[in-house]
Parts: sequence; structure tokens; C-alpha cells
Amino acid sequence: MAYLLEAKQICKSFPGLQALNNVDLKVNKGEILAVVGENGAGKSTLMKILGGVINPDSGEILLDGQTVNIASIPQAQKLGIALIHQELNLAENLDVAANIFLGQEPRRGGILRLIDNKIYDLANQIMQELGLNCSPHALVSELSVGQKQLVEIARALSFQFRILIMDEPTASLSLEESNRLFGIIKVLKEKDVTVLYISHRLKEIEEIADRVLVLRDGLNSGELQKSEIKHEAMVRLMVGRELKQFFQHAHRVQKTAELLLHVEALRYLENQKPITFDIRPGEIVGMSGLAGSGRTELAETIAGVRPMLTGEIILSSQYISINSTADAINAGIFLVPEDRRLHGLVLSASVKDNILLGSLNSIGYLGLIPLHGGDSLAKDMREKLAIKTPSVDQQVGYLSGGNQQKVVLAKWLCRKPRVLIFDEPTQGIDVGAKAEIYALMDELAKDGIGILMISSDLEEIIHVSDRVLVMHHSAIAGELVGQNISEESIMNLATGGTVAA
Amino acid sequence: MKKLTGLIVFLVILYIALAIAVPSQGFALNNYNLAERIGQYGIISLGAALVIITGGIDLSIGSVVVLSATACAILLTDKGFGLDPTIALPLVLGGGAVIGLIHGLLITKMNLPPFMVTLCGLFIYRGVARTISGNMSKGIGNQCSELRHFLYEGDVFGLPRFLVIYIILAIIAAIFLHFSVYGRYFYAIGGNEKAAKYSGIATDKYKILSYVLCSMLAAFFGILFLMKNNAVTPSSDGFFLELYAIAGAVLGGCSLRGGEGTVIGITIGTAIMWILPNLTNMWGVPSELEFIVIGSALLLGAIMDEKLRPVNSTS
Repeated sequence: MAYLLEAKQICKSFPGLQALNNVDLKVNKGEILAVVGENGAGKSTLMKILGGVINPDSGEILLDGQTVNIASIPQAQKLGIALIHQELNLAENLDVAANIFLGQEPRRGGILRLIDNKIYDLANQIMQELGLNCSPHALVSELSVGQKQLVEIARALSFQFRILIMDEPTASLSLEESNRLFGIIKVLKEKDVTVLYISHRLKEIEEIADRVLVLRDGLNSGELQKSEIKHEAMVRLMVGRELKQFFQHAHRVQKTAELLLHVEALRYLENQKPITFDIRPGEIVGMSGLAGSGRTELAETIAGVRPMLTGEIILSSQYISINSTADAINAGIFLVPEDRRLHGLVLSASVKDNILLGSLNSIGYLGLIPLHGGDSLAKDMREKLAIKTPSVDQQVGYLSGGNQQKVVLAKWLCRKPRVLIFDEPTQGIDVGAKAEIYALMDELAKDGIGILMISSDLEEIIHVSDRVLVMHHSAIAGELVGQNISEESIMNLATGGTVAA
Repeated sequence: MKKLTGLIVFLVILYIALAIAVPSQGFALNNYNLAERIGQYGIISLGAALVIITGGIDLSIGSVVVLSATACAILLTDKGFGLDPTIALPLVLGGGAVIGLIHGLLITKMNLPPFMVTLCGLFIYRGVARTISGNMSKGIGNQCSELRHFLYEGDVFGLPRFLVIYIILAIIAAIFLHFSVYGRYFYAIGGNEKAAKYSGIATDKYKILSYVLCSMLAAFFGILFLMKNNAVTPSSDGFFLELYAIAGAVLGGCSLRGGEGTVIGITIGTAIMWILPNLTNMWGVPSELEFIVIGSALLLGAIMDEKLRPVNSTS
């Protein structure tokens, strides 16, 4: 039987990263194919290629057995392929209906191409189907993250397509909203629509997928037929044994009662349940939660990026006041931000300049930097962290993701950190570099540094943390220790459930 | 909406203050001059706003005005040309369109920053105007009286012609921006260009269109400038016009971040910008303080804009 859509030997590389290496994908008419893999496995890249967002370096795509060239988004749409992106891509300054029909507005007035007001009725129909309870006239900037996600989905549903690609559509949806979405997917399947479904929530995939395609580090890692779709089977193909061995880490239960960092009743939003938690010296505290649950905001508040509305921060039994990033840094609390290219590095500057950026005051005299000031410090750091770069004068933008992350880390290690907050430390980093980053975190913890690690990667949370905090709706929904740390218990807390002890 | 209400209230207060400050026998004339000025400068504010709404900026407006006025004078009256207005005017407007097209192509296809491209334009077009005029004033004397009458002289139902022209353009712009698909795309591009692109919108095409329209409106302003003043001096006329145009648009609620602004707002913004110095002048504030007043009003507007911004849209 001929496949509806077939991608053969797809390759795509980005500077410093082979995202896809001869990847194959086949899908039948009316089939729900789940594509799973760890962060950075290449799922999103593959979907973007099929959706016409980016073009492959090589490979062939066949639709109905015919070779097609999907060079642009409009072309993909013409071929009947709709893509729901992982990240929200909405015009926040426009209303809900305008976003749903953006680019394909019903028109009247001939050459004037005026927008027909029936857009609001049409939008309302789709919104009701999806359970999106707001006015089609509401501005998107006023919606919650979950609602925005539904607008994104509504947009794809608004036009005729044969293949629907959904890249983590449930990342910020509540359980109820997710279930409604699965209902819609099943209806689409009955109408012979093909669905490519990406998700980190393996339970969802067990529920809805007809077949599973697993990617690992840009390669096909295996396939599972309907009867074989089991949680462990997917994880085995996703992670691979070698990675587990790489960072198997015993959950150390801290015996010492001494606290390194104590955060008391902190709020960064009005009407927020105050957040209280602590970190002991040498402890790696994992922080899990769905996108939009407030993890990054919490980290940014502690690091002085965001204003703290109320609350106290106590470091080694001393109250400290954090009103700016400088306050946090002087106290020894450092943030390794989520988007290292945007917030962690000056991409156009050299490795050396980036490493020294936080320590210039101690290198310079009277505000002037000696010509070779800090050279030795930068070189020491490069050696210590094994940063792979031809020289410390190389522009940091040319380094691979893993090495860039090491440069961010090196910047802080020059300053003797006491608390390090990692926000998605291994996003978009290959397996080898991941293992190195974990080893570094482990070493830092052994030196008595307290680590807070925010991650959406459940494997990472489970294997690296000594203790896990789970956030939901800008509050800490629960804490897990030792044997209680599991994918299920975390997801349960993250989606608003409670943990059966 | 809050922003617009605030602007209207501010405008009404200013106008009442003006009515009190201006002696009653001169009030009608003052109103007429003010209306003419608002109509005239509103045209380039509309152009600047189209570009700003898509998230761009155009600093070359003043130079395009001077170049167009100079070219228009030459085409209409110089020996060897002496063209009929029905040929000369389309040529001048077409020249404006070509300038905008070049800006748009450099910005979208070569990925140059709009600030840089139009800053270069600001220098280049003024240089071209001074060169083709031999660095002299170019006048139309008392020729083209029909054209001048059609575009400038006398009132229509008591309104200055420039204001009538502006009202017609503003209505077209309002339909374009607020009711048509094109306008919707302008706002979408300014709000989130990636979202627009992912929706299958040819974002480059619409960005180019915004620069073309802006430069064409600047060229049209140049023609009106020539009609009103009878002559243009490329070495000294039209300085700061781009800044007035941008200030009017921004004062009227266009955000330099893109994606925001309404035609009614732009009109009110332009009106405020010209009533304000008129008023301070009537109060006897020395004219050298005029720029301080306009600058302060603009700063105040920017502060208000930031304060009214919803908190959750900062990401």
C-alpha cells in the first residue's frame, strides 16, 4: 500500500549541530503517527521541514507517491499540510478571530479585499468545538498560556488539510483541555485526516497513537506498532542504554539540617500563592512543571531579573535583599538562563570576553582592562570545563550548544558561586555534552554549591536531582524525594493532581 | 481605547485653552491656518505611521519631500521640460514610489536595518535635490496657477484645501488599515512578524508596500509644499520633517514596537503637535521654546504609553 506521506533520507544541519541525519518517516492516510524523542532529538526540525518552515539539506519528500517540493509555508498549506508549532506564534496585538484566520481571511468587497465580519461567527464555531471559552473579540495578549495554545490549534483547524502536524500541542493545556483535543483528533482520524503528533507525555501517546516513530540525536531510533506502544518501550528507544549509564546518579538524601538558601513566601505576581522552599549545600534540587507554570519566572525573581513583590531570601542564615541582578550576583546567586543565546551570551564576542564578562571589575584597574588581563583565567576555565574551541578568541556564536553552555557556566565559576540556578541546562545539546554538563553539576554540588535545576526533560529531572519540586499555576504543587520521584508522580503534580503517597 | 480617549480629552483641553488665548477677532483665521497645517503635516504622519505599524521606521521623509518638490518644479517649469501637470505629477509620485521600493528591497531582501537604510536616504536625496537644482532655489513663479488653485488656493465649504485632501487620504487609509486584509497584515507583521510568516503571509511584500506608500505620501507632500510656497530651496527647506511626521504618529498612539496605531489617533496626534506650539505662542512663550514643548509632550506620551501597557505582554 502506498503511503500518503513519505520522507526519505532527510538531512539537516545547523552550525555546530547535525539536527537530522538520514531520517525516514512514512505515514498512511488516516493514521495517527506519534513522533517521540528527547529534547534535541530532531523531532521539531523534521516537522518544520514537512510544514515548509525550513528546507532540508538533502532528502526527498513524497506525497501520494509523487515527489513534492515543500519550499515554503504557503506551499505546504496548498498541499494540505497544516503545522501547529511548539512555540506560540500569535500576533498578540490582534484579537482571537483575527489570529485564527490570519492569512486566509474570508473576504468581501472585491478588489478592496475587506475582511468579512462573519470571521467572528466562524471563529466562534471552532472555538466552541475546542472548548476555548473567551470572546473572539478578545485580544490575544489578554489570554492565558493555555488559551493561547488553543488559539494556535484553532488556527490549524480553520482550513482544509489532509495532514495535521502537532508539535507538543498539550504542553500548556490542562488535563480537561487535552482530553477535548484528543476527542478532536479522533474525529479527524475518522474523516481520514492524517495526524503527526509530537509529545513528551508518553501517556497521551499510549492513548491515541496508531504507531510510534522514535528519533534519537537526529537518527531513526526505531518504530513501535500499535500493540507495542508501551511506556518502557518508548523510553528505551528514546534514551538508549548508554545515556542512562552516563548520568545514573543516586538520589542523595541530605542528612544535614543546615540550609544554604531559604526562600520564604516569595511572590512575583499579584494574587499568587507565596512560594517557600530551600536548598541545602551540595544538593541538586530539580524543578519540574509544564511550560508556563512559572518556573522561569521564579528563577528570574531569585536572580534579580524580575522584581520580587513580597518574600524573603535567606542565604546561609543571613537575610539578603535582591533588587537587581547585581545584588544576586554579589550574594553568589547565579542564573544560567534558559535561552543562552539571548540571555546568557554576547554571541558576537569571543569566548574569552564572555567568560570574563562577570569578572571585569576584579581584572581591571580604575575601570580600564589591561590588554591581556584575564587571559590566564579564561584559559584555565577553558581547560577546566573542557570547552571545545580552536582558541579563546573564537566568537562564541560559532560554538556548539554544549560548548556555549559551558562558556555561560565558566562565566559564573570565575565568581565563586554559592547557588547556581540552571534553567533548561541541556536544551538543544547533544548527548555527549549533556553527560559532561551533568558531571560538572555533580562536581559543583560536591564542592558544597546548591543547585536549582529547572527542566522540562523528565528523564533529566529524575536522574540528576536529589529532590524534586513541581510547579503548577505559579505555585509549588509538591515535593518528591527518593523513591517517590517518578515520571508519573511528577506529571501528576504538574497537571494539578496530587500524589498518592 | 484608553489611549485614544486620553488623547481626545487632551486635544479638547488644548483647544479650549486656545479658544481662550486667541483674541476673538483673530480666532477664525487662526483656526484656518491651524487646519491647513494639520492637513498638510497629517499626510506625512500617515506615511510614517504605515511604516511604524509594520515595525519599521523611515527617516528619509524630509529629504524625499525636498527632492520631490525640486523635481516637480523642474519638470513643470524648466526649459526643456515644461511638462503638463498631468504628466509631471505622476512622474514625481512614481519617483517617490521607486524610492520606497528601494528602501523596502534593501530592508527585506538584504536584511539591512530600516534605521540605517533610511538614514542613508536622508543624506542622499537631499544631496540629489541640491545637485539637480544647482544648489539654487527652484520656483514655479506664477505659472501653473490652475494646478495651484486646484490643490491649494481657496477653501472648500470653508475648509482649507490641504485639510480636505488630508481627510480624503485619511478615509482611504482608515479603510485600508482597519477594514482590509492588507491592513490586517500590516498589524500582524508589526505585532509578530514570525506569526505572520507562519500564517503564510508574504511579509516582505507588505513591508515593501509600507515603504512605497510612505515615500509616495512624502512625494505628494513635496508637491503641496511647492504649491504653497511657490518655490523650494533644497539647501534649507524641509529639515526635521521626518521627525515631525514620526512624532505625530507616535503622539497619536503608534508604538515604535510596531503593530499599534489608528488613523483617528494619528490625526489627533498631528493636531496636538500643531496646537501645542500655537497655544504656547499665544501665551507669549518665546518661540525658541517650541521644540522643548513638543519634545516634552512626546516624552509624556511615551511614558503614558508604557504605563498603560498590559503587564503580561512584556515577554
